[in-house]
Amino acid sequence: MLANVLRRLVTVIPTLIGVVIVTFLLTRVLPGDPAVYFAGPTATPQSIAEVRKSLGLDKPLPEQFARYIGELAHGDLGNSLATGRPVLAELTSRLPASAELTLFGLVISMLIAIPLGILAAVKQGTWIDHTCRIVATAGVSLPVFFTGLLLVYVFYFRLGWSPPPLGRLDVFYDAPPTVTGFYLIDSLLAGNLELFRASLGQLILPGVTLALFSLAPIARMTRASMLTVMASDYIRTARASGLSSYTIVVTYAFRNAMLPVITTLGMVFSFLLGANVLVEKVFAWPGIGSFAVEALIASDYAPVQGFVLTMAVMYVALNLLIDILYGVVDPRVRLEA
Amino acid sequence: MKRREFLKSVTALTAASAVSAPAIWSPAKAQARKETLLLVSENGPNNLDIHGVGTNRPGYEASWNCYDRLIANDKKTLADGSVVYDRDKFHPELAEDMNAGDMSITFKLKKNAKFQDGTPVSAKDVKWSFDRAVSVGGFPTVQMKAGTLLKPEQFVAVDDATFRVDLIKKDRLTIPDLAVIVPGIYNSALLKKHATDKDPWALEYTKSNTAGSGAYRVTSWKPGVEVVYERFDGWVGGKMPELKKVIWRTIPSPGNRRALMERGDADLSFDLPAKDFSEMKKEAKIKLISNAITNGMYSVEMNVAHPPFNNEKVRQAVAYAIPYEKIVAAAMFGVANPLFGGKSNDVSTIKWPQPTGYAANMEQAKALMTESGAGAFNTTISFDLGDAVNCEPIAELIQESLARIGITTTINKIPGSNWRSEMAKKTMPLMVNFFSGWLDYPEYFFFWCYSGQNAIFNTPSYVNKDMDTLIDGARAAAAVGDWPKYDTDVKGFISKAYHDVPRVPLFQPYLNVAMQKNISGYCYWFHRQVDYRSLVKA
Amino acid sequence: MTDIVANANTRPAGGAAALFRHARYVIGENPITGLSFGLFLLIVIAAMVGPWIVPYSPLASDTSAALKPPSIAHLFGTDQLGRDIFSRVVAATRLDFAIAILSVALVFLIGGLAGVAAGFFGGWTDRIVSRIADTIMAFPLFVLAMGIVAALGNTVQNIILATAIINFPLYARVARAEANIRREAGFVEAARLSGNSEWRILAFQILPNVFPILVVQMSLTMGYAILNAAGLSFIGLGVRPPTPEWGIMVAEGAANIISGEWWIAFFPGAALMIAVFCFNLLGDGLRDIVDPRRRT
Repeated sequence: MLANVLRRLVTVIPTLIGVVIVTFLLTRVLPGDPAVYFAGPTATPQSIAEVRKSLGLDKPLPEQFARYIGELAHGDLGNSLATGRPVLAELTSRLPASAELTLFGLVISMLIAIPLGILAAVKQGTWIDHTCRIVATAGVSLPVFFTGLLLVYVFYFRLGWSPPPLGRLDVFYDAPPTVTGFYLIDSLLAGNLELFRASLGQLILPGVTLALFSLAPIARMTRASMLTVMASDYIRTARASGLSSYTIVVTYAFRNAMLPVITTLGMVFSFLLGANVLVEKVFAWPGIGSFAVEALIASDYAPVQGFVLTMAVMYVALNLLIDILYGVVDPRVRLEA
Repeated sequence: MKRREFLKSVTALTAASAVSAPAIWSPAKAQARKETLLLVSENGPNNLDIHGVGTNRPGYEASWNCYDRLIANDKKTLADGSVVYDRDKFHPELAEDMNAGDMSITFKLKKNAKFQDGTPVSAKDVKWSFDRAVSVGGFPTVQMKAGTLLKPEQFVAVDDATFRVDLIKKDRLTIPDLAVIVPGIYNSALLKKHATDKDPWALEYTKSNTAGSGAYRVTSWKPGVEVVYERFDGWVGGKMPELKKVIWRTIPSPGNRRALMERGDADLSFDLPAKDFSEMKKEAKIKLISNAITNGMYSVEMNVAHPPFNNEKVRQAVAYAIPYEKIVAAAMFGVANPLFGGKSNDVSTIKWPQPTGYAANMEQAKALMTESGAGAFNTTISFDLGDAVNCEPIAELIQESLARIGITTTINKIPGSNWRSEMAKKTMPLMVNFFSGWLDYPEYFFFWCYSGQNAIFNTPSYVNKDMDTLIDGARAAAAVGDWPKYDTDVKGFISKAYHDVPRVPLFQPYLNVAMQKNISGYCYWFHRQVDYRSLVKA
Repeated sequence: MTDIVANANTRPAGGAAALFRHARYVIGENPITGLSFGLFLLIVIAAMVGPWIVPYSPLASDTSAALKPPSIAHLFGTDQLGRDIFSRVVAATRLDFAIAILSVALVFLIGGLAGVAAGFFGGWTDRIVSRIADTIMAFPLFVLAMGIVAALGNTVQNIILATAIINFPLYARVARAEANIRREAGFVEAARLSGNSEWRILAFQILPNVFPILVVQMSLTMGYAILNAAGLSFIGLGVRPPTPEWGIMVAEGAANIISGEWWIAFFPGAALMIAVFCFNLLGDGLRDIVDPRRRT
């Protein structure tokens, strides 16, 4: 088992190297010269050259890359030119915000999509099946930023049900003492129910926006997987033995159908991590997505490189985790490997 | 306040039924809201110190409110009731007295002036701060140069309470330049502790910490999210501000900012787009204030160094082809001062900015194009993506009109950081751009935008000896108070600019602010940022 | 291993006529599939003749009629510059459809070819293609698209290229798996014996067999391409104004929702949603036609 994990890790290394190289090149190809930006509004060619030198941008590309790798080895992701703080500090302070939002959205999505998929599979071919398909597909057919703005308009502006889209917490609350960085968990740990309610309130709209976007793949996969399982021999046997529908569907079919769904969840999670840059922009969410987008527009290399690297590492770790989980849940996979 | 509490109770009821957690509303929080101002805008600071490298405009706001200057502009009330800064009158802020001699100005500092950490302010701090301003390079140093404040030798700490500025030459702009944000007074004792060999001016420290004597200090800064200010109760620079706490939140989406204001969840929304302003004004639910941006204009700029815009007739044809009225109506929703349709391109006053003699006249435009001999050609219209909300509709309308005189164009939106580089390269043929100068004098605008030094703001790359003679003449005349010569030269350079037309003025924009009805005390400043010190929340 | 034989016989005997009958049966049986095919046809027609039949020029401004709600004169209302939104939405069909089709064609060619080459030849080709696919997959995809468009410039071609690159791994993987299976198939051996070069076999024998498997994914990608363009427009990296494109119209109209001018974002948004919806459901229908065993 451990050997398996180690073997997987080894194959992952060339991928990470590839990511680092591509990101470095991509940021260097971006238009916009940070030196001019930071030389300020009254830049002269002289002052621009000075700033360029102080930023280390006048050296040849391979040398800059070598410097970057060296810093990386020491855990130094560089400094953000826009905020002036170390990129690592920015990422660690903002990552929990994005992770909490993405996980929350994923949970909501699962709570809706999985029952929907099961229902569609059990009632295959009926209008229930078609309705489920339409609902799931509709969520993913609109651009995610549009869904977000629409929800803000309806639920905050018109109905006043949702709190103002001011970010993770209303201005008059202080964040709970940091244990995990997830406000929901930390506020419960601190026993502060009012804070918990406030954090939850701020999470609902952006979470629902993300959830709508990921309904379709999860529902689709659940349905497909359930159908395959329901057509299998052991289910036929169970039915022949006279077990109730409920038992068949929930106890036998569902558990076996979940395996492919878990793999899809991994894919959906990493897909969401990329999509939430737009949601973060709409809801003023202080996550790494909005951080990376601002940096990209400002041709601020270090945060973009750091963001991409972090995402890549997370994606790889997640896939590894899912493979292990798969092995735990399904012994056949373990034996084969 | 009532409305917000009502809304909160409704939300609490709804939430309580969904999530069974007790919705407690602590009275302490309600009290805190009364003494705090929640301000929202699109961007936040990237540095709290205007002397820092690449500090953006929101960063100037932090410096303005947290640091003092020796003197400050007075305020005046306009006919429409709005309060603006007075360009010509000053009062002492950190100084208690100003004595302008022939080639020097002497200031006596206020005796009880203290920095926010308790250290008394001395003239040594003032000298250190001024030295810093002229030595850090970049924008601050250039701004000091505009008032002929060039070298540390000019700044003398006569004794602990007296500070003197020695002039290299007479310049009308020296005194106004002392009241801008750049020559703030920094706590040199504190900063010297944080200085290093590589960073002798402690720029790293002041990036995220305020070390001044101003009315507010920054107690918390989360870049890209919010800045929290608290009042410094030992401030001596003026009347003690009413607001104890100011929270400045960055909300990128303009629709969300508007929603927040209309629902009463934010106190002040700064720099509204013209559309939101004109619509909210009609609804009259909240207070809206609008001020014409002094010494500022949107214009269409043509690169005179490259054909075909080096041909004066082509430029004049463009000036007649632009659909001015449509632009003011559709792009700015009428919230702008037209700078077209004047009597003639030979101006008769020194008012700045003022209308040109051009107006939308397709026949005239076509005739000039034929006269120019340039024939039909293709070019690009560029503008700053960060200002797309205004520039994009303007560019689209211009594109349509230029097509009718044989100029086909593609629109090029350039992201913020890249815009500066492109301006520096001076290769963009046709641009829609905005410029405004802090010191509200025409010769200041022309110095940056039309003079032969070909600064980055001279986007048309317009270099002309006669123009330089007029600009220098005006500045010299102002320095010695020769007002008749000043008038002649100013009228001269404005008229020349309008005839040669490297840039076509479109309109003078407004700075729009929305606030709840219980907020008052807003004053428009030349730096176009918010001054918290005069705001009152009833 | 029965898969190979079954797959080789996927195309029913009797050629085009039988296929058509089969298709008609499937469409008729499932109303949703029928609906999506109908919509698809409508979109294609709008894309082909749209710009000629619209009442106003999509680029003509009329500031005196700016921001008017839907009326008889302007079915979908007007935008900030007084341009007719109905004309713009219909005219945009062509550009959006082009973006969708071209992205998919490009990614099928690059991804498909790379994938089948990797599966067919194995060895270093396989390793390199797999590494490239893994590297791309490890990126947060939207940010990669943003980076590519920001670096190369925001033209329609670059948006198509960015979409193709992002979807490359998926196509490469599926194509690789299918090629792997068919490597030793009978018809491949036969082609080899007749003297075909390896590349000819790849392009003309294997790739066409992979097409039906991928066609479902391709319709999903078509929807994704349009949504991607919309997301890029929201950040300012989309198509250049004043070109009408659904995504950029939604992005610009989104700011107007709060001020009550719902029609500016609603109609392009609805058109976009219907198109993406249609492509997604189309995928299901196509799968039913092409490979009945995989019907779900």
